[in-house]
Amino acid sequence: MANQDNTKNAVNVRKISKDEFKNKYFETSTESVALASDLNANSTDATVVAEEPVIDPATGKKVKKVVTARKDMTMAQWTIKEMKRNKVGYFMVAPFMLVFTLFTLFPVLLSFVLSFTSFNMLEFGWDIFIGIENYTRLFFDDDIFLQACKNTLVFAMVTGPISYILSFLVAWFINELAPKIRALVTLVFYAPSFGGNAYLVWQTLFHDDANGWVNGTLLDLGLINEPILWFHDENYAMTLCIVVALWMSLGTAFLSFIAGLQTMDKSLFEAAAVDGIKNRWQELWYITLPQMKPQLLFGAITAITGSFGFGAVVTALCGFPSVNYSCHTIMHCLDDYGSMRWEVGYASAIATILFLIMIGANMLVQKIISKVGQ
Amino acid sequence: MQKTQKMRIRNHQVVLNRSVGGDAGIFTFLAIMGFFMFLPMVYVIMQSLKPLDELFIFPPRFWVEKPTFGNFGSLFKLLSDSWVPFSRYIFNTVFITAAGVFGNLFFSSLAAYALAKIPFPGRVGIFKIIRSSLMFTATVTAIANFLTLSTLGLLDNHLAIIIPAWGSTLGLYLMKQFMDSSITDTVLESARLDGCSELKTFWVIAMPMVKPAWLTLIIYSFQGLWNAGASVYIYSEELKTLNYAIGQITSGGIARAGASAAGTVIMMIVPILVFIISQSNIIETMGSSGMKD
Repeated sequence: MANQDNTKNAVNVRKISKDEFKNKYFETSTESVALASDLNANSTDATVVAEEPVIDPATGKKVKKVVTARKDMTMAQWTIKEMKRNKVGYFMVAPFMLVFTLFTLFPVLLSFVLSFTSFNMLEFGWDIFIGIENYTRLFFDDDIFLQACKNTLVFAMVTGPISYILSFLVAWFINELAPKIRALVTLVFYAPSFGGNAYLVWQTLFHDDANGWVNGTLLDLGLINEPILWFHDENYAMTLCIVVALWMSLGTAFLSFIAGLQTMDKSLFEAAAVDGIKNRWQELWYITLPQMKPQLLFGAITAITGSFGFGAVVTALCGFPSVNYSCHTIMHCLDDYGSMRWEVGYASAIATILFLIMIGANMLVQKIISKVGQ
Repeated sequence: MQKTQKMRIRNHQVVLNRSVGGDAGIFTFLAIMGFFMFLPMVYVIMQSLKPLDELFIFPPRFWVEKPTFGNFGSLFKLLSDSWVPFSRYIFNTVFITAAGVFGNLFFSSLAAYALAKIPFPGRVGIFKIIRSSLMFTATVTAIANFLTLSTLGLLDNHLAIIIPAWGSTLGLYLMKQFMDSSITDTVLESARLDGCSELKTFWVIAMPMVKPAWLTLIIYSFQGLWNAGASVYIYSEELKTLNYAIGQITSGGIARAGASAAGTVIMMIVPILVFIISQSNIIETMGSSGMKD
């Protein structure tokens, strides 16, 4: 009897979630929905021919405002009209876009172009265009790059998802703590990401010689006879780097999740409880996660860039190059050619490949996130 | 056949959908995680308080026996002996951080507001470009940046670090996501109808509603700039940063292990203070977050 009751309730919950939660509670959850909806809003704005008097805020007089329907205009006319109507938007974006174009967009575009050249910092000439030679060299002649690809994928596939899920779960768990305790707990979890070089403590803990805390303790207990080389041992280096990466993983995304959970609409939870949400996990899936989609998308980007671009810390811990290239990632190839050998053309090709991999990963994650709450 | 659920009271509030067992499980998970996360940080602090003989004792101890501030003393002595006065490095770092964080916050919020709430043609494309650019690693862009900065005459100038920080894409993305989700259009519409200019609407209406977001942006941006080390664009010694100066000392090897640990702690103190202040502000906004519509 009780069992039957449960299943009935479960069915109820599903039904409600599909039919109502999406329409009733969330007008604009994802980016795509938001964008689509305001495109619709625009078109309805424009098609309604407003003949009724509108009060002009500046003069306080009643002005007759005639809005031409969108269907009466060509696409270009409509665009120009919209541009004029919203021109303040361009002014607001302008300062950021200026800096962004100078210091991000231009360098990125330049390096796309350079990836088809043999440009380096030592020789200069106009016969540097070599087509896709850099790319063929990467995939057919560069064993170290292929090894690095493998390492990067292993590293990113382990640390990326775990750090992402961990960031969210911890943020969600501590969201219910009393405010002051929550600030303290946030500090504890965020402390490793405080930057600087706090991660170097792992080197002190796992130092190569008997002076390292782990080696010293293991020797003292008689578990090993000679110090283990930890970060300079092929068998341990990668695993340790993954541990350090996870230790540092509650970073920007974690903070944005905490902030996002703070701006949620709290009345939805009561409504949901009335509608048959029975435990915290259902609440998470049907109410919390759909509201958190913007932050989830943001967190995904930081998780991807973090896990694919985790190079500097590895270099600091394992040296460069790491023993037998055991921790050599694409970032290390990039450093190698970009800022040591100065083969900028080749390095640009590597950067482009890494960029494409990350774009692909992000598309995949966006697909997964769009399934949330269904 | 409606089953009545038993109400649980926590912090003088009714809590829905939370079982005691689940709470206990989560508490255990958090305790174990927290221990794992914080232990190395405790070790950093311990190391900075250890006298030299304890730093090299065998077997190594985790806890400090006779805590001393000697390491901090020797760090400051080394710093004050440097050719450029120590206070100069502090000024450089504070100036870069303050100017960079403020500009980053203002310009990216402004742009994020326009991208999220003003339907000007082209904004979708602009946002897509910005978002994609996040995934391009900075290593190979250094050369183009060097060319740009030298054309603008900004080499060997603090602005070479500050201005690029104003175009931080991650900050914009963060602000855009929050503006999209937690500002309702009806509030903005009514402000506009009341004759509020777009800039004023942004500053007076929109920004307070996304306070948690920009406090997060401040933490993130502050941290990055505070830890700015040696930059290839700055070569005068008197323009270099605190992190660079401390790095020079701590790279002195084993003899400076104590000073090195002290340096790590010193560099962490200010970001932690900023973090605590901004986090407690996030908590204050809780009270007002009910007035969404």
